[in-house]
Amino acid sequence: MVITIAILGILLSMALLMVRAFIGKSYFDRILAVNSFGTHIVVLIVLMGFFKKTEFFIDIALIYGLINFITTVAFLRYFKFRR
Amino acid sequence: MEEIIRYIGEGCIGIGIFLMVTGALGILRMPDFYTRLHPAGIIDALGAPLVLTGIMLLTGASLLSWKIIILLFFMFLTGPTATHALAKAAFLDGKKRMEDKQK
Repeated sequence: MVITIAILGILLSMALLMVRAFIGKSYFDRILAVNSFGTHIVVLIVLMGFFKKTEFFIDIALIYGLINFITTVAFLRYFKFRR
Repeated sequence: MEEIIRYIGEGCIGIGIFLMVTGALGILRMPDFYTRLHPAGIIDALGAPLVLTGIMLLTGASLLSWKIIILLFFMFLTGPTATHALAKAAFLDGKKRMEDKQK
């Protein structure tokens, strides 16, 4: 019951972030939205692992947490050296 | 005793989900880029760790709890660092504040 409400809340939050990723007036806004979207993905994977009563989803969440951080820093360095 | 731990875990998940929805709504509705950094920091440092702590309390002591502790450690280490790097890159790139643009 609580897990179902939590998953629906996370999906609503992701929809709000996608609106900011499409509208955003500069690329810094879009990088911010995608970084927060990655954090939401990590929480969603752990919640789905608890929902399906499987204990194998936490490894995917660990890997994606690190990928999200490295991708954000890589985008920032690309935009810094392109100017 | 197990009932109390279950209620505390569900309360942590509830507060964490409320903070994450508030953070996403804040990123959508704030007027300037530098003001949008604050809800992003709330999501990274307070929202997601509360949800993960709630799940950790619900599953009890097992291998899953130790993996969630490692995930929390990485999230505390990398989340605010990415937001700070973004703010510094925007400032060094010459992005103006909302008050400076209204002259």
